[in-house]
Amino acid sequence: MQQAWIFGLLGGLMIGGAAALMLLGLGRIAGVSGLAARAVGLADAGPPPALAIAFILGLPLGGWLMAQALGGVSLHFPPNIATLVIAGLVVGFGTRLGSGCTSGHGVCGMSRFSRRSISATLIFMASGIITVAAMNLVGLS
Amino acid sequence: MKQALFALLAGALFGAGLALSGMADPAKVRGFLDIFGAWNPTLMFVMGGALIPMGIAWRIQAKLLAPLAAERFNLPDTTKLDARLISGAVLFGIGWGVAGLCPGPAITDLALAPRPAFVFVLAMLAGMLIFKIITSRDLPMKETKTTGAIGK
Repeated sequence: MQQAWIFGLLGGLMIGGAAALMLLGLGRIAGVSGLAARAVGLADAGPPPALAIAFILGLPLGGWLMAQALGGVSLHFPPNIATLVIAGLVVGFGTRLGSGCTSGHGVCGMSRFSRRSISATLIFMASGIITVAAMNLVGLS
Repeated sequence: MKQALFALLAGALFGAGLALSGMADPAKVRGFLDIFGAWNPTLMFVMGGALIPMGIAWRIQAKLLAPLAAERFNLPDTTKLDARLISGAVLFGIGWGVAGLCPGPAITDLALAPRPAFVFVLAMLAGMLIFKIITSRDLPMKETKTTGAIGK
């Protein structure tokens, strides 16, 4: 699809615009892992819980509205429940240990030229690339 | 109330962007990470697109004394690279590669593919809970060390 990169760019601008709203409006980093932990009471520090809950609820709401506008989006999940459970556990633990994920480190931190966030982003990208390559190699994908 | 509305709006814009960009699709994310195989470079545009408004926002932020709808900026000021950051990023990358999901898209997908997204998000929260339990165990131990006079 030739449209894919245009949609990617527009979607990216919206994501960055949303993070800019959080920064300039509320003075906070739009880091989804941290906000998710805060929203469910699993983080000791962070914004007021009501604020974190509102942001987290906004995600599926915005996704749903966009899917309606586009007439549906096609998603392809791993068919195996065990895959989702293992990946989820590791993502949850890893993002808390590393203090951020693709949004906090990748979008907010890198654009701030934070040494920590640039390092974290390079590391989790490399780690993800190696994981996918290794899974392909042993026929797990 | 005004702040929560602001956050809801930002979250909705974020989620809409994820759905439009293709990043909500785990297979596309795995395709992006598959640089030695059938590489799908689309998500480069997503990341590039997201960095533009944020790059501008940081420049504006540097000139502001306070955010528009809150009393002050609450931003991370840690600069040191430590083992926690590195091992956390390694682990997160592994999980990201295995399923093609990171926290934002996973939570957004609760509205688009409820069943698999729910399984992933529940496991993710369990992983966060395990982290909280482990680190809250660490803290009292450090405290007893500093007030060690009473200790054994």
